[in-house]
Amino acid sequence: MTTVSTPAPTRPWQASNKEKFRDFLLFLVSIAASYGVVAITPMKGKLAYFILFFAFYMALTAGLQYFKRGSAAAKDAFVNSLVAIGAVVTVIPIASIIATVIIKGSKGLHRGLLTTDMSLAAPTDPITNGGLLHAITGTLTLVVLALIMSIPIGILTALYLTEIQGSLTRPIQFLVQAMSGVPSIVAGLFILSAVLYPITKAYSGLMGSLALTILMIPTVARTSQEVLKLIPNDLREAGVALGGTQWRTVAMIVVPAARSGLVTAVILGIARIAGETAPILLLTGGGDKVNPNAFNGPIGSLPYYIWKSFAAGSPEAITRAWAGLLVLMVLVLILFTLARLLGTRKVAR
Amino acid sequence: MSTIAPELVIPKPRELTTKPRFSDKVFRAVVTAGGLSSLVILGLIAIFLSYRGYEVLRQEGFNFLTSSDWTITVDDAGTVTDSHFGIAAMLVGTILCSLVAVVIALPVSVFSALFLNFYAPGWLKKILVTVIDTMAAFPSILFGIWGFLVLMPSVEYWAKLLNHYLGWLPFFKLHPYVVTRSPFVAGVVLAIMIIPIITSVSREIFSQAPLDRIQAAYALGATRWAMIKAVVIPHGKSGVIGGAMLGLGRAMGETVAVFTVLNIVFQVNWQVLLGAGGNVASLIILKFGEASPYEIKALMAAGLVLFLLTLIVNAIADLIVKGTGKSGR
Repeated sequence: MTTVSTPAPTRPWQASNKEKFRDFLLFLVSIAASYGVVAITPMKGKLAYFILFFAFYMALTAGLQYFKRGSAAAKDAFVNSLVAIGAVVTVIPIASIIATVIIKGSKGLHRGLLTTDMSLAAPTDPITNGGLLHAITGTLTLVVLALIMSIPIGILTALYLTEIQGSLTRPIQFLVQAMSGVPSIVAGLFILSAVLYPITKAYSGLMGSLALTILMIPTVARTSQEVLKLIPNDLREAGVALGGTQWRTVAMIVVPAARSGLVTAVILGIARIAGETAPILLLTGGGDKVNPNAFNGPIGSLPYYIWKSFAAGSPEAITRAWAGLLVLMVLVLILFTLARLLGTRKVAR
Repeated sequence: MSTIAPELVIPKPRELTTKPRFSDKVFRAVVTAGGLSSLVILGLIAIFLSYRGYEVLRQEGFNFLTSSDWTITVDDAGTVTDSHFGIAAMLVGTILCSLVAVVIALPVSVFSALFLNFYAPGWLKKILVTVIDTMAAFPSILFGIWGFLVLMPSVEYWAKLLNHYLGWLPFFKLHPYVVTRSPFVAGVVLAIMIIPIITSVSREIFSQAPLDRIQAAYALGATRWAMIKAVVIPHGKSGVIGGAMLGLGRAMGETVAVFTVLNIVFQVNWQVLLGAGGNVASLIILKFGEASPYEIKALMAAGLVLFLLTLIVNAIADLIVKGTGKSGR
């Protein structure tokens, strides 16, 4: 009997412990060098640390690779650091925004924030006076109205693009894309000129949600289209083969199969419009009291509240603006997390 | 004896038709109507803005685009006695700010897209993609206020550094030494806003790079950078340019984030670092509050110009991105 000895699997492409240690050492040396240069030269500040650290790291890694493996490897190491810089520069603002909003916004939180409105308080009052109730209910009203109008249109557009595929598919695809690039202020001006001036002649929640609808339709349509494309054609063929008309196939097979994806599309649409400011400033009038009637009278909303507090300028008002931003950011993050959770669940096969 | 031949029963052939049923006709009509809504809305926007702005456009003629005078005189009765509307300064400012934004954002986004696709380990890629996508959904007022209160002091310091060390370059010249609230500051804020957009478009394009060619490059002994240079960049070049155009369109139409950080001056200014800029969208917000009915018409005309500008930029971007999705596959 012979024993077969299998060689232990090796992974020659992976960095060995020695190489990992060497890279870590280079990292430390670069940090030390950047501190050293800042200490002995007139260059100062975070920017200097940042640039010097990357300059040293690039030079050290590229130099090492050049002596070990030649110029091609040196270039590779150089680009390695470069793309890392790209990722770091992309992430720094996000981290800064989230940190600032949480730190400064938490100072504006108080017990009455979600239960009182600003009808008896000015933005420059002490922070414990007044709250966000009118803004939150207003934003909810605007979003719900916009949903009622944009969900049918958005999903019908997506259905046209995936199910009907007539001769107009390409131009409509193009127009939906173009519509997603319409600046929010232009949507606001359009509602102003087409509805507010000639017909209602007064600010109201409906005007704001009409503009938000224009901004939301392309988001809903494009995301729904992506989802509907993922529904396997077998399902449609099975529906038709069982004698279903196209209407019944779509209504009873395709749309239910894509349900969670369509919900994701709607949530992404809400995230897109919840913080939209420019059309809100033009169209809603922004009251300080809770206004349950979306069709009559000015209505407050989170972006308007933030804008007004920011414009008031006193330290209390700025703190209010940060608190409003914190609430808005948490809202967007919750919506986005929901969309992610639903979106990762696979489309029914 | 005769047997009666069984009578041949030939069933009548079933009528085969592709004619849709009534319910399908209704379904198709409704869906097509929904699909045409985008056409209707875009058409209505163009029609209403030109209808409202027509009077001003006719009065100003081509001067609306070439002069930068924005004055209106109203007598006590409220009738307009004299008015000049021109958005040249605002147009120049819009283009300047968004160009600064794209110039800053493009390299950063391409590098981070390359990092996400070819360098980052799986877990890091997952986290970063989530974070960057979330950032693309952040409301612009967040960027505006953060930009004004947190970022602006640093950026003004960077502007001074640029002027000090690179002032000999024509586009970093600064004649009256005023660096506060310049197009450069607005451009940096816009760049931060559009980096996530360009990054995710580039990431999509790069991830479509043909795998066989990538592996072929590695098999021939290419380093990662050599592979990217030989396969990924030729494949994704025009798609990345399209993504940059999408970012440009977004930057041109941005209102609130620019309005908070930019000093709006009715004078054409091509100096990036000088604290005097313009922006069509910000002009509308700035003048809207106190505008007389006639001035509103001028704002509508400005909105029409902005609408057409972003439409053209987006259309070009769309054509470029579409064109690359298919090639190289």
